[in-house]
Amino acid sequence: MPETTTATKTLTRAWTSSDPLLTITDLKVWFPVASGVLQRTVGHVHAVDGVDLEIRAGETLGLVGESGCGKSTLGRTAIRLIAPTGGSIVFKGEDITHMRGEKLRSLRRDVAMIFQDPYASLDPRQTVGDIVGEPIDVHGLAKGKARHDRIQELLRVVGLNPRFVDRYPHEFSGGQRQRIGIARALAVEPSFIVCDEPISALDVSIQAQIINLLERLQSKFNLTYLFIAHDLSVVKHISNRIAVMYLGKIMEISPGMQLYKRPRHPYTGSLLSAIPIPDPVVEMRRERTIIQGDVASPVNPPSGCRFRTRCPRAKEHCAEEVPALESFGDDHMAACFYPLD
Amino acid sequence: MTEPLLEVKDLHTVFNTKEGVVKAVDGVSFELYPGETLGIVGESGCGKSVTALSIMRLQRPGKIVGGKVLFKGHDLVKNTEDEMREVRGKEIAMIFQDPMTSLNPVYRTGWQVAEPLRLHHGWDGKKSLASAVSMLTRVGIPSAAHRARDYPHQFSGGMRQRVMIAMGLTTTPAVLIADDPTTALDVTIQAQILDLLRHVNREFGTATMLITHNLGVVAGMCQRIIVMYAGKIVEAGPTTDVFAHPKHPYTWSLLRSIPRLDADRHEPLKPIEGLPPSLIDLPSGCAFHPRCAFRVDRCPRDVPQLQTVNDTQQAACWVTQAGTELKGA
Repeated sequence: MPETTTATKTLTRAWTSSDPLLTITDLKVWFPVASGVLQRTVGHVHAVDGVDLEIRAGETLGLVGESGCGKSTLGRTAIRLIAPTGGSIVFKGEDITHMRGEKLRSLRRDVAMIFQDPYASLDPRQTVGDIVGEPIDVHGLAKGKARHDRIQELLRVVGLNPRFVDRYPHEFSGGQRQRIGIARALAVEPSFIVCDEPISALDVSIQAQIINLLERLQSKFNLTYLFIAHDLSVVKHISNRIAVMYLGKIMEISPGMQLYKRPRHPYTGSLLSAIPIPDPVVEMRRERTIIQGDVASPVNPPSGCRFRTRCPRAKEHCAEEVPALESFGDDHMAACFYPLD
Repeated sequence: MTEPLLEVKDLHTVFNTKEGVVKAVDGVSFELYPGETLGIVGESGCGKSVTALSIMRLQRPGKIVGGKVLFKGHDLVKNTEDEMREVRGKEIAMIFQDPMTSLNPVYRTGWQVAEPLRLHHGWDGKKSLASAVSMLTRVGIPSAAHRARDYPHQFSGGMRQRVMIAMGLTTTPAVLIADDPTTALDVTIQAQILDLLRHVNREFGTATMLITHNLGVVAGMCQRIIVMYAGKIVEAGPTTDVFAHPKHPYTWSLLRSIPRLDADRHEPLKPIEGLPPSLIDLPSGCAFHPRCAFRVDRCPRDVPQLQTVNDTQQAACWVTQAGTELKGA
């Protein structure tokens, strides 16, 4: 039988686990900015502005960037917690961009989210059992004794004492609350979890416990993670590949070690150089490239390359044309006209 | 050996709460020398901020119940409120974590930066504002004369922190206390502010006390560090020595538990088990003993004091005081 073209093949063939789990194409998420007495829309925040991204089954894709770069919006839109303005999202071979109703409900059984703030993301009036049991009830996954057993099992899996089911969130520390949030995310047996800054609200000595737990759960349940964080050292530790985002766009994407050893985008370079390394000997020898200025406004992003206003290598051309993500070999892509060597 | 600029001796600060007395600072002693940058490291609730606030006598509703804070021969603990006002902002300046809540939203930025000059030097509005503008320029605020007329909300987070630093420096204080000045900022902006603090330290010779939970920040900034846990200093020494061979198990395990950007391969992190203790219900003996991998019989019984363990380092640990090296799998 003759081979059809690649494009039609992906459409006709059923999804297999060797295909990307999630494919995002030219994704745009804009939020209206209202102003004046009549609250007219005067512009848009270009939170995510033309992102192409592939998440492979079983991997951890790290997503880093500074506050306001759109990384959380991208993560939430990827699992349809936010409706996209444009572009497409394909999950397990199925277009979920405009999915609704019963189909969207069934998508919610396959994806989950872990939030940053374990204080704000748990209802203070629900017991731990109610919190972890809610997804089970909503999707009708278990009842009675089976439900009870499932909750106990979930608590055990995340390292909490199953006897805690009747306690309330305020009785737990930050790290334990994050474990409750993780148990809730696991309740629907998802294959894909978006972790949005899951450790940045925790004490330093607790962070490693949660990172190790997430890694253990990943291999145990064969999970795929989109791990969003601003701390590049944590992201590099947990991720297979890392995507660097700036003002709504992906600037560079590469396997973690390579990104650290040989960044191509000037923004990645300065981001890496800005991260303090807990070793005075290394710190003393390090060369610092400190970029000046602040992140530009996402309402009126700069023309051409968005980083050009702070970029030490920017030339005229950078203001005129938007650089596309180009391959540098070895699974490494960067969007820059004048990349680092 | 030069004389210390600031000497904290056996400081005790407590908070009376409904659940009981919280010993936030429990017998803390250290010195700050002219021109140095001293790092104070610890997790939230370890007492690092309350130590700084107690030096400034801003610890309320906490109470200083013991100890001395010697500054230029004076004990600040015994100062009256009026005398303290002469010290604050003039001799010792403090910058805080969140520059938004520490600037007054209804006054123009230049006016606020100039306030210490009007207050302490009795300068008039015009003279103090001119000086404030030049200070704003020196901390890297572009078109400072123009920006001085802006209100705090018109500045970005990084720029507000620069404004705070400028305000602290107008009267060229001898000591600058920076309480987690970069946690609210993005990493590239953090790098800018840390660079500015290094520059300030060099140019003005201001002795800096840098309080942070970020071990990376102290590694790049401080000559000496103090590590706090549950209200006490558990380790002190030159930064290079403490990082190379920590003498307290808490420091030792903390350094092994954090992922490093320059790690060559993926190794599982080695977390510290358990939780930081509640200050109301502290473990007996050494407060770290329930989480400690090196615990010996004596640890739950007796409280170790901070003692010299080698030429340069001090630790409050029975194990290292007995000469044992901290080594692990």
